[in-house]
This record gives sequence, structure tokens and C-alpha cells, in this order.
Amino acid sequence: MNWAGLYTVLSGVNRHSTAIGRIWLSVIFIFRIMVLVVAAESVWGDEKSAFTCNTQQPGCNSVCYDHFFPISHIRLWALQLILVTTPALLVAMHVAYQQHQEKKLLVLTGHGDPKHMEEVKKHKMRISGSLWWTYVCSVVFRLLFEAVFMYIFYMLYPGYQMVRLVKCEAYPCPNIVDCFISRPTEKTIFTVFMLVTSSICIVLNMAELVYLVVRACARRSQHNSNPSSGKGSFYGHKLSSEYKQNEINQLLTEQDGSLKDMLRRNPGLQDKGDRCSAC
Amino acid sequence: MDWGALQTILGGVNKHSTSIGKIWLTVLFIFRIMILVVAAETVWGDEQDDFVCNTLQPGCKNVCYDHFFPISHIRLWALQLIFVSTPALLVAMHVAYRRHEKKRQFRKGDQKCEFKDIEEIRRQRFRIEGALWWTYTSSIFCRLAFEAVFMYAFYFMYDGFRMPRLMKCDAWPCPNVVDCFVSRPTEKTVFTIFMIAVSSICILLNVAELCYLLTKFFLRRSKRAGNQKHHPNHENKEETKQNEMNELISDSCQNPVIGFTS
Repeated sequence: MNWAGLYTVLSGVNRHSTAIGRIWLSVIFIFRIMVLVVAAESVWGDEKSAFTCNTQQPGCNSVCYDHFFPISHIRLWALQLILVTTPALLVAMHVAYQQHQEKKLLVLTGHGDPKHMEEVKKHKMRISGSLWWTYVCSVVFRLLFEAVFMYIFYMLYPGYQMVRLVKCEAYPCPNIVDCFISRPTEKTIFTVFMLVTSSICIVLNMAELVYLVVRACARRSQHNSNPSSGKGSFYGHKLSSEYKQNEINQLLTEQDGSLKDMLRRNPGLQDKGDRCSAC
Repeated sequence: MDWGALQTILGGVNKHSTSIGKIWLTVLFIFRIMILVVAAETVWGDEQDDFVCNTLQPGCKNVCYDHFFPISHIRLWALQLIFVSTPALLVAMHVAYRRHEKKRQFRKGDQKCEFKDIEEIRRQRFRIEGALWWTYTSSIFCRLAFEAVFMYAFYFMYDGFRMPRLMKCDAWPCPNVVDCFVSRPTEKTVFTIFMIAVSSICILLNVAELCYLLTKFFLRRSKRAGNQKHHPNHENKEETKQNEMNELISDSCQNPVIGFTS
């Protein structure tokens, strides 16, 4: 499991994201993960071996390195990227659950052939209803993780700039010892770059949140003015006559959620769905 | 996520590029990214370890290296290649958006839609005209801008493109003016010149592609001005006549496909 594996996992989520969500995912993978892998990792590669202190005292080098770099930038960024990308899996799980429900309903209403199952798997879920809440939660989590890591970075490495020289007096260093950091300017450039892309991602997440909220309000006002329009359910768009039937079933069951439970518990009642579609 | 993944992402864009765009993409992947990965990275691999200064003063070597190489050539090229290849994704997004609209039309059971199934929409190649033309042209401008900016940054940081053998350094804590020796300077100079040359070729290809697109645009415009009945938005040759008929029939109605031509 490496970054490529994460990319495979998250590419699937891409299909059910908003346009801003897709842009966010591209920025994450190209400008953050890829830059981390192809460039930043080699800059920090020799951070410990080339960390030099002006002393012959054994152990002083290690202690001073550990004192000034409790956790390396590279590892912090890797953790940040993993935590920031994984809330999207909440959405993937919810979509998988909804698809599973749709398939069960199709089977119960007598449309369980492979063609319809494939249709269910391939069609894009509308972000409405409970999926909307899951999606919004995932965006909020992303924002939270980004903010937390930016703060941790600032706490650990105030100012984001990497200095050339640090003065260390931790035991066993005999006195205040000068220690020199390797490639400080290059590290500063990449730190600033990663910071800027992180801010861009935060802005994209906020824009996506605003977009989702505005869309939900617009849909709600449209629904209030025209109650017969399609409910904000996952059958919102009509693919074919089978989905028209599903929408009718969905509308019937949405009023009374217990009907779905009944169908699940008593498969013999599937005829009721057919009778309802004839109404 | 590495260069291979970038190649996969950009490979899809290839289908909607012009011929010059395809040549550009090939030059980018073979003569720049591949050279960077298989050759240049090894040349610069030991740049700091083998950067030797004529002093025993601890820290002097680190400071002098940092002073003369604020950012390594390899990293600059990696960033340049990432920035230069990503405007092509604008085109990919626009094409994906158009495809999505066509699929939506198809699913609505629109009679005016000329495709037989979803697979055909997925395989269809869009002509570079209308809004897509503007997106494509903008992406080429962005590429040119990035190439120019990075070439300038290179020249500015390293005072020309030659790697000297010896550098004199007097940054603190070096006790005096110290001689520092760069590892593999000639090999680095060779690769730097090679990468600059290929970068220039890519700039020329982008300029040529821009000229080609502009010429095509003006030719199409003059043909349209001369021939009033010519309709601008047709994707496939075999559907052109059918599309024309459909468009004539539907001209009075709101046809969403025409929305792409503005």
C-alpha cells in the first residue's frame, strides 16, 4: 500500500464528487502528493546525516537533531495527506451502501437481472438526502484536519522558515554548540510551496461547502414551490422506465419508511411494489 | 503517485490534442521526464555528499552548499515538469464536462442526440472549437508562461547554465574564503544544456501549436462568413449531415448542444 494505492482507492470516489471536489482531488494528488514523492523526499533525505554540529562529543549530534526536529516535515506532510484524503472514504462507503439498497429493491421488485445491477453500479449518485450530510461531514473533516496540521506545523516550526544555524545546549553537548542544517533554503522553498497548496485546498473545501449549502437551499425552495418535482433522493434523475418505476416505489416508501423494512423482512410482499407502480 | 501516474493521467488528454500537441507530449515524456528519472537524478544524487570544501570547520560545507544551490536543478526541473504538464488537465476537465452533458442528454432519451450508446459518447473525440478552443488555447498559454518562468528562474539562480568546478565561499562559519569543489561539474553542465535545449524545443512546439490553432480559427471564421449555411458544431464526419438536419429541425427549439459553440 503506497501513494499509488491511495490514488486507486480515491479515484473511485471522484465519480460521486462535485466539480470542486474533483479539482480538490487533482490538486491534492498532483501538487501535493506528487511533489512530495518526486521532489520533497529527496530534499529531506539526508536531513539527519548532513546535520552537523560543531563538536566532537558523541551523542550531541543526535540529541540536538532530535531536539530541533521532533517530527520531520516529510512525515508530517505524509500524515496530513493521508488524514485529509480519507474522509472521502465516508462518501464512498455511503454510496456503496445506497447502491446496495438500490440493488436489493430492484431484486425485490423483480428487476434483478445483471443489466440492471450494472446500471446501478455505473450511475452517478446525486448528492442529496443523507448522502448530502455525509458529504458535508467529509468536507468539514477535511477542513478540520488541514487546519489542525497547519497549526501543528506552526507550533513545531514557528515561522515556516528553515534556518541555517541552530544553537543547541542539550546534554551531552558540553556547551552551546552550533549546529548546521542541510539545504535550509531548498527546504524553506518546499515548505512554503506545501503551505500555499494547503491553503488552496482549504479555500477549495470552503467553496465546496458553500456550494453544497447553496444547492441544498435552492433545491429546498424549489421543492417547496413545486412539491410534485422529484424528491432529493438517489432516484432523482430518470434513467429509464425501470428507474421511473423505482422512483414511484421510492416516493411511496419515503412517506412511510417501514414499508421498506417490511419488504426486506417479507419478500412475499414484493408484489405490492408492482401494484403500487400501477397506481 | 509518481511520474508513471502523471503519464496515465495525461495519456487520456492526448486523444483530444492536435498533432503538434501529441508531439509535444511525447517530447515531454521521453526527452524530459524519462531523462530526468533515468539519468539526471543519478548525476545529482551525490551533489551534497560530494560537495567538498577545503576546511575542517564544521558547518562550513553545509552553509556554502546552501549558499550556492538554493534549490537543486533536479527539484527545479521536477517542479517545472509538473507545472508545465498540468494545464493539459484543464482540457481534460472540459472534455469530461462535455461528455457528461452528452450522457445526460442521451439518458433523457433526447431524440436529437445522435449517439447510439453510452460507449460511443465515451469514445468520441471532440473537435477543438468553440469553448473548448478557448480552454485549449489558454492551456497552451499557461504552458508557455510556466516554461518561460522556470527558464528565467534557472538563469537567474545559476548565472547562466554552466556548472563551475570551483566555488569560493566566505559565509559564516567558514573562517576565511574557502575553496569548495562541486561534484561532476561537466556531466551536470551537459545535462543542464540538454534539458534547456529540450525545453526550448517544447516552447517552439507550443508556439507552433498556438499559431496553428489561431490559423484554423481564422480560416473557419472566414469560411463561415462566406458560407451562411455552415453550422459550427459537428463532432464526427459520418454524423455531420445527420447533425445538420437535426440542427435545422431543432433550430427553433432550445438545443443545448449549440450552447457549446459560443
